[in-house]
Amino acid sequence: MNCIIVDDETAARAIVSQLCTTVSDLDVIDEFSNAIDAIKFFNQHTVDVVFLDIHMPGFTGFDFVQTLKNSPKIVLTTSDKNFAIEAYEYESIVDYLVKPITPERFQKCIQKIKNTLVQQSQTSGPEGTGSGIGGELYINIDRRLIKLKFSEILFIEAKGDYIDVKTEKETYRVHNTLKKIKEKLPEDIFLQIHRSFVINFTKIIDIEDNSVLIEKNVIPISRSNRPELMRRLNLL
Amino acid sequence: MIMLKEKPNMDYIEQLAGDDHLFKQKFITILQEEFPEEKKEYLHNINNDLSREAALNVHKLKHKLNILGLHKSYRLAVQYEEELRLGDTKLKQDFSSILETVETYLKTI
Repeated sequence: MNCIIVDDETAARAIVSQLCTTVSDLDVIDEFSNAIDAIKFFNQHTVDVVFLDIHMPGFTGFDFVQTLKNSPKIVLTTSDKNFAIEAYEYESIVDYLVKPITPERFQKCIQKIKNTLVQQSQTSGPEGTGSGIGGELYINIDRRLIKLKFSEILFIEAKGDYIDVKTEKETYRVHNTLKKIKEKLPEDIFLQIHRSFVINFTKIIDIEDNSVLIEKNVIPISRSNRPELMRRLNLL
Repeated sequence: MIMLKEKPNMDYIEQLAGDDHLFKQKFITILQEEFPEEKKEYLHNINNDLSREAALNVHKLKHKLNILGLHKSYRLAVQYEEELRLGDTKLKQDFSSILETVETYLKTI
């Protein structure tokens, strides 16, 4: 896990930084004295956890939380207990530490973060993959879990280190492999017809020579996959 | 003036530092540098009747009172901060005494 510390007081940042040294798998990658600089950093880096002071001049901690689109796990740090209720209105805020933060309380906070991340990974599956639940799949894009019904998916195309999941409305680019997503899809609906394509079998409009038509997309059929495709067809 | 009976201490800082003497020294230096600056800004604001701005300064300073084990003084600072937001400065003298105590202490460590 990595984290950043956002607090306008040097002493407060030093305390959190020191507490982080007691956690073996937590790296402080940067510290900021104001929320604006933290947002700029956040837009260019992947951050797992933010230790965030609420009271900062100009742009408060809550302003910061509202600004982030792809929110990491946020731990509020403050000397004011009165914000606790407001804090828990934000899903991304996992804990609320009252200054001065004791080592014992900090360890509890870390455990809470880890528990949250475990729960999240159990829901979303590996980074960038989907988790099949009933007739649907959740794909993880920029820390947002997007639900796709199997029936919405037209086909999936491999694009280097990514896959494009093409639906009737949109195309979602996910950092993962065709092999992994194929494992999450029901075999009776989805079929690999080319090394770069898995298709929703029910969406085929027609088949011509070495390609299938799905909506307006012409998708190649490889020689090795053709027999399985033909076997599945309900030929008259 | 109950808070004046309190003496600043290093208990919290030592708890944080453990055997990390480098951190302890670094942290003391931060306090020695940051506290006078915050105090100066507070005095400027309070002496110019900028009570809302002074409340923000008290908010920062009160955190350091807790760090130095001045828990009763911290509670006074909490009350003072709230009152300053409403323009009430009656705890000014008490708070000034606390700041003097801390400043003197920071020069001895």
